[in-house]
Amino acid sequence: MHDPHVILKVISKFLVPFIALFAFYVQFHGDFGPGGGFQAGVILASAVILYALIFGLEAAKKAFPPSWVRIGMSSGVLLYGGTGVLTWILGGDFLSYGVLAHDPAHGQHYGIIAVELGVLCSVTTVMIAIFYAFGSRQPEVDEDNW
Amino acid sequence: MSSMSLFPQWIFEQGPAFLIVLPLLMGAVTAILPNRSMAWWVTFFVTLICTYTAFGLFQHIYFDGFLLYTMGGWAPPHGISLIVDGLSAPILLLISVMAMLTVIYALPSSISEIEPKKRAPFYAAFLICFAGLMGMVITGDAFNVFVFLEVSSISTYVLVAMGAARDRRSLAAAYNYLIMGSIGATFFVIGLGFLFMETGTLNMAEMSAILSELNGGTRVSKVGYGFIIVGLGLKIAMFPLHTWLPRAYAYAPTKITIFLASTATKAAIYLLLRFTFTVFDPSFDYIAVMLKYLIMGAAIVGMVLASFQAIFQSDVRRVLAYSSVAQVGYILLGIGIATSSGLAAGYLHLLNHAIIKGCLFISVGAFWYRFGITRVSDFSGLFKTMPLTMGAFTLGGLSLVGVPFTAGFVSKVKLILAAAEQEMWWAVLVIVFSSVLAIVYIGRIIIVAYFGSPPKINGSTFIKNEAPFMMLFPMWVLGLMSIAIGVNAFGIGDGFVSASEIAASVLLGGRG
Amino acid sequence: MSSLILDQYNYAVVIILMMTGLYVVFASRNLIKKLVGLSVFQTSVFLLYITIGKVSGGQPPIVESHGTDHVNSETTLFASIGELESVVQSSSGVLYSNPLPHVLILTAIVVGVATLAIGLSLVVRVREVYGTIEEDKIEEYDRIYYKEIIERQ
Repeated sequence: MHDPHVILKVISKFLVPFIALFAFYVQFHGDFGPGGGFQAGVILASAVILYALIFGLEAAKKAFPPSWVRIGMSSGVLLYGGTGVLTWILGGDFLSYGVLAHDPAHGQHYGIIAVELGVLCSVTTVMIAIFYAFGSRQPEVDEDNW
Repeated sequence: MSSMSLFPQWIFEQGPAFLIVLPLLMGAVTAILPNRSMAWWVTFFVTLICTYTAFGLFQHIYFDGFLLYTMGGWAPPHGISLIVDGLSAPILLLISVMAMLTVIYALPSSISEIEPKKRAPFYAAFLICFAGLMGMVITGDAFNVFVFLEVSSISTYVLVAMGAARDRRSLAAAYNYLIMGSIGATFFVIGLGFLFMETGTLNMAEMSAILSELNGGTRVSKVGYGFIIVGLGLKIAMFPLHTWLPRAYAYAPTKITIFLASTATKAAIYLLLRFTFTVFDPSFDYIAVMLKYLIMGAAIVGMVLASFQAIFQSDVRRVLAYSSVAQVGYILLGIGIATSSGLAAGYLHLLNHAIIKGCLFISVGAFWYRFGITRVSDFSGLFKTMPLTMGAFTLGGLSLVGVPFTAGFVSKVKLILAAAEQEMWWAVLVIVFSSVLAIVYIGRIIIVAYFGSPPKINGSTFIKNEAPFMMLFPMWVLGLMSIAIGVNAFGIGDGFVSASEIAASVLLGGRG
Repeated sequence: MSSLILDQYNYAVVIILMMTGLYVVFASRNLIKKLVGLSVFQTSVFLLYITIGKVSGGQPPIVESHGTDHVNSETTLFASIGELESVVQSSSGVLYSNPLPHVLILTAIVVGVATLAIGLSLVVRVREVYGTIEEDKIEEYDRIYYKEIIERQ
């Protein structure tokens, strides 16, 4: 009944969605100012990691299954590379976004959004993968004996 | 050209990017493949297609000159450019051929070396390492070199550590390699920082133009070159910086040893050539001093001391690993002579050594596959048990020593001639002396295998237990290749020699 | 002399960090401490790059958008470097810091994190296999272990 971490749990439950939202803000603001996939990916991953720290690894793995991690890593790379392959198919050089739309400036826009989404996907999952890999080891010292 | 019709025009337009993108993307696909045996097929076809593409580019540069590819259509110096010229094309071809042969060898050897669950990640890491090496060689942007260097290195650490399933020492070896490799890469990137401070650009051609305008630049670029050479020296395993190499080669899964020995150090030597001769220029006084004293000094000491160390090893993989350090010395000696004949000899030895070491490590891997042996004393009587494998090992060994009618002979004679041209008689002496040491360390293995009695394993004598075809094929391809270079069969020898001469002319003149 | 240090204190900081990192890598025999040293060493290089990107009195390298609403933000999208350069030049009088080193370092940080993760996971594996992360002990265990194997054969 008596949970010593009640404040932590309430506060972090409140924070997690805002961290995720901020990650997407950084992601999409990357077109017009500082930001982008790398930073957004790390922020998004930190939301999951915070959740895991407070509610335990098992709960986090339910929210974000480890099987997503491997798929996310690969699909991020594929999204990035796939954009390049698409520009090949449309007859341009690799990653020459200009061919993606009639107006080269718009093509640049679409291209960079796709590529940054790929980066977001990979960075988020890699960060979570690293956390899961180390977090799921059996601790040497019991939690109560810290 | 009629032979050009073998390749679609698209390859010459988009091939340079394709060589990096295909293995990188397929590496990501392989990582999530549900079917384990499919990972091998994907990897095999990727290396096959890359070999085909690299061969197309290789032919192209001989008939139509060098290729410049702009990533995303951003022109240099702002964008990243990829360069295929007489210097990089042979190395690209070498890396893809060795990757293909390694993958062929990997199919039977994975059964005993890699847990089934880890096979898909293994092939994924292999493909990413392959993509990194190709990227290192092909890119014309200095910082991009660092990125690809790290892509290939990080996947190499993972691959080396996968040897832990059979030999737990591979963990410490991989850790050691990680520390040394990261320090090397960081030194390299510090050097790039200094170069960037001096020139304000990262495009290699632009850097080179600005540096020659500044006549070598100030102390900043001198310091930069020093950092770059130490960083690359760690990756090359230049003599005093080679300590990570024997352990990494000895305890990695055998196929990784094959791949690393024949490609990773070679790609790093390519970078040394690229930076010393095209970004910088040997006519700058500090580069000349570096070449004459540091590179040649390291080469000479390495050739002798590493050969001695090879003699006293009891593990065959370590013998071959120390021999690799010594052979890097030969290549560096050719580079240090820095005349067109010296560079051509060094470059030729680089290609030949990759073929020879590939052949030797594949045969050693086959012995391990059959009997789980690596110590010299265990090789007793292997000529009777595994005649074909031991035959390929002998071919490779003779070529390493430099017996006439082998690849090793051709490049060593060229190296001796280049040294004699400059009247460096002491260098000639060291080459001959180091070859004598090679006779000792290769000879003692062959003598044990030839005259010893067949091995008794669990009390029973093995009469005949040949390696599977998938291992015999790559080792004999490489073994026969080294003979073909030696006797110039089908013009292969002349092809290698002219490739190395063109590379030397690229290094000393403009783009050839 | 002191003014030299004060003017270029950034290099002093970089050099101190660099040497500290390298010393820790070489001097400690504990696998984790070595990785810590490696991280410090790599971080010093990030600092070096960032300091060389700063132009005295330079603004952050963000080109001001003329239309703030995204519908009318054509001016922030460039089809080529030439177009970007013309916009940068047209906003004359504004000095920008060099953004390139920051981009490079972003990549280098990612590489550094990847190296550190691989290194740590290797240390975890070593700990599981050997029960220690002291290099001397690992070498000693290996010597004993493999000597026994060879003798048994």
